[in-house]
Amino acid sequence: MICRLDAVSFRYTGQTADAVRNVTLGVTEGEHVALVGPNGAGKSTLLRLVTGVLAPRAGLVEVLGRRAGDWKRRDLARQMAVVSQVSEPATGLSVREIVSMGRHPYVRPWSALGRNDRRVVDSCLDAVDLGDLSERDAGELSGGELQRARLARALAQEPRLLLLDEPTAHLDMGHEMRFLELVAEHTKEQSLTVIAVTHHLNTAARFADRMILLSEGRLVADGPARDVLTPRRLESAFGWPVEIRDLGSLGRHAIPKRREPEEAAE
Amino acid sequence: MKGSIVALTCLLFVAVAVGLLVGPVEIPPGAWIEALRGEEGPAYTILWRVRLPRVVAGVLTGGMLAVSGAVFQALLRNPLAEPYLLGVSSGAALGAVTSLALGLSASAYFALPVAALAGALVAIVVVFEVARVGMRLDTRVLLLAGVVVSAFLSACVMLILTFVRADTLRSVFFWTLGSLSGASWAMIASMAAYATPAVVVLFGLSRHLNALSLGEETAAHLGTDTEHVKWLAYALASLLAAAAVSVAGVIGFVGLVVPHGVRLAGVRDHRALIPLSFLVGGAALVLADAAARTVAAPMEIPVGVVTAVLGVPLFLLLLRRSVRT
Repeated sequence: MICRLDAVSFRYTGQTADAVRNVTLGVTEGEHVALVGPNGAGKSTLLRLVTGVLAPRAGLVEVLGRRAGDWKRRDLARQMAVVSQVSEPATGLSVREIVSMGRHPYVRPWSALGRNDRRVVDSCLDAVDLGDLSERDAGELSGGELQRARLARALAQEPRLLLLDEPTAHLDMGHEMRFLELVAEHTKEQSLTVIAVTHHLNTAARFADRMILLSEGRLVADGPARDVLTPRRLESAFGWPVEIRDLGSLGRHAIPKRREPEEAAE
Repeated sequence: MKGSIVALTCLLFVAVAVGLLVGPVEIPPGAWIEALRGEEGPAYTILWRVRLPRVVAGVLTGGMLAVSGAVFQALLRNPLAEPYLLGVSSGAALGAVTSLALGLSASAYFALPVAALAGALVAIVVVFEVARVGMRLDTRVLLLAGVVVSAFLSACVMLILTFVRADTLRSVFFWTLGSLSGASWAMIASMAAYATPAVVVLFGLSRHLNALSLGEETAAHLGTDTEHVKWLAYALASLLAAAAVSVAGVIGFVGLVVPHGVRLAGVRDHRALIPLSFLVGGAALVLADAAARTVAAPMEIPVGVVTAVLGVPLFLLLLRRSVRT
């Protein structure tokens, strides 16, 4: 088991309700799990509990058999990497320097990157097709290229678990697909485990082996996409009528319906 | 990076040479050679007892303030951050003023720097105590607490000044403007004892500072123990500033302008930024002090005035340039 949550609850300070309520789930090696749900359902909070940045107020979060909060950051960063949607400040670093930071947990203070570190950085740059742009200032990259650089940085950590927190939220369709295909390709190759938070139900259904639906902090469904994506579940979670269509090789798609005028007025 | 380190080390040597050559007393070349060979005489005294300690103290003080500023700017991700942010300067001022007002510094030469250092350390501890929740350090609270504690301590300084004699007022005035005129080898030794380990450890943290510049959560994901690094870096950077202030008084703008200048020259990686800031800061303060001694000779201008007068236009120029690009 790569990651296990047992009856986990969490509340942000100053709030009166739990952001995550009594969630229990386990993720096994090599799985690609999509975390979906409406805004404020607790998806990102759940991810931050797994990273150990937040500590649960009840229950247990384990990563690779050890409590998330008990890991030394340096040791955890060799097992787990995160790509988020948060835009980082323009730092004036080159693409190679950004990706090299993925080797941070492997390098001792006062020393430079070793030969193996540089080899890993080069191969990760190539893996996301940024080899040619490696000396470019990261501030000059497009949104899609920047997210690929951050994926390369995460891969350079050589993790066993990759967490994605809406990394494609600001990307157009083409860049999103390219990003997700890169993730799929590398996770298959290295039997990497992925937990991805996303708002895009249909792309999630195509890339994930398993889908977890959260609503108001609770886990409401967990299983293959075909079982999770049902009109009733989605309507109750998102508060909007949804139709499910089977598009053959493209899989099942959730399509939000237009409401009739009298329905909308209610 | 190696090239710029070599170039800036050369700049530092030029600054040191200028600092040794200029002064109110003109020394003929022959006397210089005798003094360098160790032959006693007025030139020997001026070189070894007056100018060299002053230049070395300038290199250390300027370098410490610049490194401290570079670290504060990285931790706070705020371009306005400077070494005196956590109340170091006003704490040191209160210590210094107290020792002057009580007449302690008249009885023992080391009383003033020791009192200033104690004042600075008290200010740092108070600010840290306000900003910490358990072992977590809230950077925004730290910034606010620093500003408020500074204001409070400055008010205390003003209160004491209301009651002191005119000559004490004058000494306080000159101390707050900063000066290297009190430099001695004993002082340099104690300053180097602080500065060397602090700068070495901060340099060792530079990869973490790079990670922190991306935000605390990202740094944590990359393996940085953010709370530990923040504590250590804030404490060491404040110690550097406290040690510099206790010896040389409040010299402004070096800690703000120098690391910015190095950054605007395109250096973003703290493994380069920290050593380069030290070199540029040291050279800048030695040159400013050389100007302070000669411009109005035989009068001496407080070096803090020179750094402000030269530093501010330079800073505005750099700022204009960065806004335009």
